[in-house]
Amino acid sequence: MSELLDLNLVEASKALKNKKISSLELTNAYLKSISDTSSLGAYLEIVEDKAIRMAKESDKKLIDGTARPLEGIPIGIKDMFCTKDIKTTASSKILENFIPTYESTVTQNLWNDGAVILGKLSCDEFAMGSSNETAAKGNVINPWLKNKKMSPGGSSGGSAAAVAARSALAATGTDTGGSIRQPAAFCGITGLKPTYGRCSRWGIVAFSSSLDQAGPLTRTVSDAALMLNSMAGYDQKDSTSANLIMPDLMNYLDKGIKGKKIGIPKEYTQDGISEDIVKFYDKSIDLLRDEGAEIIPVSLPHTKYALPAYYIIAPAEASSNLARYDGVRYGARQEASSLDKMYELTRGNGFGDEVKRRIMIGTYVLSSGYYDAYYLKAQKVRRLIKEDFENVYKKVDYILTPSTPTTSFELGKKQDPLIMYLNDIFTVPASLAGLPGISLPVGLDKSGLPIGIQLIANSFDEPGLISTARVLERSIGFNFIADGVAK
Amino acid sequence: MSETSTLKPGHIQGETGLWEMVIGLEIHAQISSKSKLFSGASASFGSEANRNVSLVDAAMPGMLPVINEFCVEQAVKTGLALNAKINNVSVFDRKNYFYADLPQGYQISQFTKPIVGEGEVIVDLDDGEQTTIGIERLHLEQDAGKSLHDKHPTKSYIDLNRTGVALMEIVSKPDIRSPQEAGSYVKKIRSILRYIGACDGNMEEGSLRADCNVSVRKSGEEFGTRCEIKNLNSIRFIIQAIQSEAERQVEILETGGTIDQETRLFDTSTGETRSMRSKEDAHDYRYFPDPDLLPLEFTESWVQSIKEKLPELPDSLKKRLVQDFGITSYDASILVEEKDYVDFYQQAANGRDGKLTANWMITELFGALKKDNLSFLESPITSENLGELVSLISNGTISGKIAKEVFSEMMKSKKSPSEIVKEKGLEQVSDDTEILKLIDQVISNNQEKVTEYLGGKDKLFGFFVGQVMKLSQGKANPGIVNKLLKEKLK
Repeated sequence: MSELLDLNLVEASKALKNKKISSLELTNAYLKSISDTSSLGAYLEIVEDKAIRMAKESDKKLIDGTARPLEGIPIGIKDMFCTKDIKTTASSKILENFIPTYESTVTQNLWNDGAVILGKLSCDEFAMGSSNETAAKGNVINPWLKNKKMSPGGSSGGSAAAVAARSALAATGTDTGGSIRQPAAFCGITGLKPTYGRCSRWGIVAFSSSLDQAGPLTRTVSDAALMLNSMAGYDQKDSTSANLIMPDLMNYLDKGIKGKKIGIPKEYTQDGISEDIVKFYDKSIDLLRDEGAEIIPVSLPHTKYALPAYYIIAPAEASSNLARYDGVRYGARQEASSLDKMYELTRGNGFGDEVKRRIMIGTYVLSSGYYDAYYLKAQKVRRLIKEDFENVYKKVDYILTPSTPTTSFELGKKQDPLIMYLNDIFTVPASLAGLPGISLPVGLDKSGLPIGIQLIANSFDEPGLISTARVLERSIGFNFIADGVAK
Repeated sequence: MSETSTLKPGHIQGETGLWEMVIGLEIHAQISSKSKLFSGASASFGSEANRNVSLVDAAMPGMLPVINEFCVEQAVKTGLALNAKINNVSVFDRKNYFYADLPQGYQISQFTKPIVGEGEVIVDLDDGEQTTIGIERLHLEQDAGKSLHDKHPTKSYIDLNRTGVALMEIVSKPDIRSPQEAGSYVKKIRSILRYIGACDGNMEEGSLRADCNVSVRKSGEEFGTRCEIKNLNSIRFIIQAIQSEAERQVEILETGGTIDQETRLFDTSTGETRSMRSKEDAHDYRYFPDPDLLPLEFTESWVQSIKEKLPELPDSLKKRLVQDFGITSYDASILVEEKDYVDFYQQAANGRDGKLTANWMITELFGALKKDNLSFLESPITSENLGELVSLISNGTISGKIAKEVFSEMMKSKKSPSEIVKEKGLEQVSDDTEILKLIDQVISNNQEKVTEYLGGKDKLFGFFVGQVMKLSQGKANPGIVNKLLKEKLK
């Protein structure tokens, strides 16, 4: 069984197509792993019957030679994706019994390509958080340390923990300000946030519409390429989805980076970054240089304004996006004597503190009298940040940064929301600019926690991002496995 | 009190002087579209509750709006028909507020960058005069659903059929100066919308509603504080509500009070407005650009192609009617009010006496329809038959008087006028010998009067004509009767 779990997505896919293994075997191995690692709390919902049914269907296709790109691959889905007939809660009490009658475009694309669903993965409530601690159903535990309960990061903490603990061969995530890249970094796996517009947002519970983007969390860069191949695509149902065809990323795995220019932004190496991270960041730069890349110091002067701008724009959109959870049509309702009272009780009991905090911030920054000073100014900052990147991409092909300023922290230890928000300091700028970014593991710090490095490419250059990430992945040779799961 | 009767509409005589009304209108026109503004659900009226609701309309998690291009085209068409500036880039905003029949918790509307900018319309007033009313803007927005509060003692029911239906909000400048002008303005907008087919203008079904902003001032002074009267769904109510609201404001100001800026409702049973919510209770809508939608962007050539497809509009049509048919400008303005009227008129008057046709249509047909409580489309008289009636009069087959008899028969039986004339033997008698026979009879019956007439009492001539007509049962051609009588009584 454990040999089955050792196969990464590309390897498993090959073994399935060569009929060395069956999807049923593979899926059963993962279902067992889910149960073995249940103490991590990564899964909110496990759909065993459906997984087995889908695996059997995949096996038929594998036998009759009509296998699709992800045929028989068991994956987990972040609970932000609406899945038909499967409970979808966005990790919130307000949606605790919500069962969609529809399937999100991204997950439908995955099923159309043969993937098998294992279940729904925990995340921060409405994807608001960087530690997975805001999930209504409780914490998810990072599988790396045996003796300490560390955060898997967030908001896609369940997805990252499941992939790291090998209870899913791959998982979907959503990234608004770093929600794929930061947990991937914390859990020692690969997380790719595509260009805004690459994946349809239709059927994904909205947090911040101008920033939300779906992407894969996987063990390797190649796995991420294979997943994104299926997830991406134009969707008429999402007006902000890009009407562009993404080339097959599997053709870009071994293109190399000879002659490519990699920018090192000076604003990303300031105080507050852990020494170990700086060490591995420098090592990554050296390795890329050795592989033939030209390393160029660059400046993204408005970086320091990114986090404040993000914490205005994202809550502003969230305050409006979450207005629909009002107890009138679906979700939990607290009966009351008047409509206003019903809203107060329903939303007061249904949302957690972090969600309420962001709704209040968002409502405040959009209020008349404050709109210009906050929301409008934040939009101007966003434009400047975008221009920073545009200027830098005239000189370089990719930008290399640490994924996070620190490695994972102990659950329950970071109570100050402002300190928590600093976690996203390196991931937020690319989100505001809509650019694709990937975090991949490059080493472990002194306490044995993974360190992630982020590569940022220009808009819609996922192919180049994959090529470059592959070079770093191969040269750094990260081959640690999370073994902290208490059995 | 005698002064009030000479007051101009829109003026109110107070103790302290003469007050003038300042009025601006926001017309909400439902776009004649099969589907809603951002979802594929049906926009039809009168379906069973919650039948026309898509996942998007119900604001299910993760659902996204997609713009209905047909609706965008209708808004541009309307903008062009209002001689307004088409904004080649416009943006959808979210207007945030909580209400049970607003599933998203926000209405998608256009705030800072509407699809259509400034324009103007020429409005025909009841006295035959014209005035120009400025258009401030036109924007696209979603309608909300409907809350039903009277179905249950403690609960409200929600019907989302209207949720997301496409509306155009047409905002006038505060150029209107009387309730009657406001009524005429709404009529003109409705007429334009119907010509171009952008909205059916059906006020009873709520396809066209107006919010009226009313303030009063002494002539020449700055604008006063305004109140907004919400959701008026007939021209009569618009006129009543504005008049009553302006009178209320004058009364407050005259007794030393001040006007609170507020939203008011018109109570149709009392004919008065009452407060709905004050400025303090007004929502802070927290408008911001909807991140789910891209800005609308048009090329000049696309706008031009819409312009080329516009039908002839009432103003130009009116000029043409005056020119081609020789009718008065006033009659023409009545005929162009509705596309159906003009179409009917042009068919009926084609190749005939335009003036006579206009008279028969406006005075007789409109009058009879009103009396019988029929809509224009229910008219028992077709354009063809009205035209034929006009021909029968023009060529002397029947007199005007007989024509009225024929007309009421047409209203009843839907028969053609010639059929009726034939059946009832109503043809005009124009034969000299026939008429001379009647004249001889009248003269022999009234010898005394003949003597008086010949003695100089000229006024008696009309009496003889009348007697001849009476004897002919109205069928004698009055012209010929006149001519022959004159000869006979020389």
